[in-house]
Amino acid sequence: MSESVIHVEGLGKRYRVGERERYLALRDVLARAVAAPFRRNGQRRTRDFLWALRDVSFDVRQGEVVGLIGRNGAGKTTLLKILSRITRPTEGFAEIHGRVGSLLEVGTGFHPELTGRENVYLSGAILGMSKREIGRKYDAIVDFAGVERFIDTPLKHFSTGMQMRLAFAVAAHLEPEILLVDEVLAVGDLEFQKKCLGKMQEVSESGRTIVFVSHQMNQIRRLCERVLWIDAGQIRESGPTGEVIAAYETSQVGPAAGGRGKCFLRWEVPGHGNVVRQLADEVVFRFELELAEPVSKGHLGVNIVNGDSVLLVGWGFENVEIPAGRQELTVRVPFLPLRPGAYTLLCTLFNRGNNLTDGEAIEHWSAVPPLVVDTQPVTHTQDRWAGVLNIPAELQVPSTDTVRTTVAES
Amino acid sequence: MSSMSATARTAVLATPPVLRITPPSRWWAIPFGELWAYRELLYFFVWRDIKIRYKQTAIGAAWAVLQPFLTMLVFSLFFGKLAHIPSEGLPYPIFYYSALLPWMYFAAALQNATNTIVENQRLVTKVYFPRLALPLSSVLSGLVDFGVSFLMFIAMMIYYGIRPSAAVLWLPVFLVLAILTALGVGLWLAALNAIYRDVRYVLPFLVQFWMFASPVVYSSSLVPAKWRWLYGLNPIAGVIEGFRWSLTGHGDPPGRMFLASTGVVIAILLGGVAYFQKMETTVADVV
Repeated sequence: MSESVIHVEGLGKRYRVGERERYLALRDVLARAVAAPFRRNGQRRTRDFLWALRDVSFDVRQGEVVGLIGRNGAGKTTLLKILSRITRPTEGFAEIHGRVGSLLEVGTGFHPELTGRENVYLSGAILGMSKREIGRKYDAIVDFAGVERFIDTPLKHFSTGMQMRLAFAVAAHLEPEILLVDEVLAVGDLEFQKKCLGKMQEVSESGRTIVFVSHQMNQIRRLCERVLWIDAGQIRESGPTGEVIAAYETSQVGPAAGGRGKCFLRWEVPGHGNVVRQLADEVVFRFELELAEPVSKGHLGVNIVNGDSVLLVGWGFENVEIPAGRQELTVRVPFLPLRPGAYTLLCTLFNRGNNLTDGEAIEHWSAVPPLVVDTQPVTHTQDRWAGVLNIPAELQVPSTDTVRTTVAES
Repeated sequence: MSSMSATARTAVLATPPVLRITPPSRWWAIPFGELWAYRELLYFFVWRDIKIRYKQTAIGAAWAVLQPFLTMLVFSLFFGKLAHIPSEGLPYPIFYYSALLPWMYFAAALQNATNTIVENQRLVTKVYFPRLALPLSSVLSGLVDFGVSFLMFIAMMIYYGIRPSAAVLWLPVFLVLAILTALGVGLWLAALNAIYRDVRYVLPFLVQFWMFASPVVYSSSLVPAKWRWLYGLNPIAGVIEGFRWSLTGHGDPPGRMFLASTGVVIAILLGGVAYFQKMETTVADVV
């Protein structure tokens, strides 16, 4: 269990900025050669280089499912490309114990002129399966894709969806000991995504190791035990999924300018920083503020807004009396079934009335840090169908006596 | 699924090999072991090339015969009947076709090998496999066309009543030399083309010049004997002359020119592998 199957030490990858264009034409190389004597010592300026990855070290143990998160361009794909040997590192090394299968793209190696059957063999071979292995799994692959009727038709006559299904079916039947997956789940229709996710879960349950890149935090929450957050080519944080995602989402929402408000100084969930971890229990928000003058018959508004600026819930407290000076306000919520993610808390404070009765606005504060809800997701497995709330449900079919819940059964 | 995961589990339990990923070193080696491990992929690449080559053409593989045949007709008419280039006593069609066999193979293999990295760009940036498999497969898949056009040659030999001599036993040697030449030059051009797309535009001229620098439309006996070894530095010249000799029995048996060609081929091939390997480490970033 504790055996390390991926060991990465001091890994770095340097790119020359603009390399792609610069090397396309011989003309440029010649031009540079001609210009070289006129440059000072021909020294390479360091700003011509970009470290896509620098000083990255980590271990992945056998059977672990590790998520890689980070912004676009942070270096996640570069890391996967190095681990799958597509490109070589500039410094450091990685040791891999076991057969690696990488899935950086769905449908790698498909050729439009070949038939579905031929493409299954070709793509399978490219992903590292032997001819015998593909032959053995062929029926299962075609069955999984559901394209039996067209299997002897050239691929170019397939619909995009059918091509996608066939491509994934091949990839899904790859059985490496270590699976590296880039964000392939982002493409394809709902059905396809569901199959992908199910298959990944199956793979991880069979004791194999997965390293998985995704921008869908709830997929990461469901699949991964541990997360590496990569930022600007370096590991910014690594650890248990919930903690790292919470830190990442906090940074994603970003600190609003300033931080503290005019009178609101800070807020917290006592004992948990800015993170809510309880799905069904009471949640407490504590606000600290400093008032220059007392508030009388005031109005306090507390609102929770999501990343799409949708107001999810708002509470208004009327006739609030608060003395001047440093004060502490506590807001108790019996349960807060919000879907895991990062939210903005908006606090407003009015003196002598409210927003409708000509009250005097003292404060409109976007609370910093943002509120992070880090609970087990219990709704739909696809983010787009999970909704904004996180409420478990049960399905009962009387004739079969089975109960299905949307709560993960792990 | 349960049986499948069971097999996977036993596979995991077996001591897995350790793979060490490091920055590219300055040394290179021909990865025979790895190529062997990926032989099935090599087979699939060859198979794919052959499958798609004549897709959506009306006459399919007949092109493999028509191309050298029509070229042979044009050469026989203009270089033979009009320019009276000496043909060592052979009928012009046989004289030209026996040289066009290796030349057409070589030219096509070169073309395919040069473009193979660029054409498989998606693959190269998304999956790992020994990159050598790509030029290797494009050189090997050309052998099918060669085989088809060779059948035509046999028919022509029968038509002209020419019986091959014992020299024909040398044919495999020259064929191997042709393959290695195409591979050696192809490796250089494929690697260069991945970085400098200029190669794609240079290639048609290169092939055309090269043909006139080789004994395709004329016999190497036109070259003064004491310079023949130098002429042999053009590796494909030795191959073409050898083909003509081993198929028809006319011309010179392999001598200094053949040795020079072989030496040059080995040098080009080793250099090509080294340069290709060097390019291989960065190709996914550059292509």
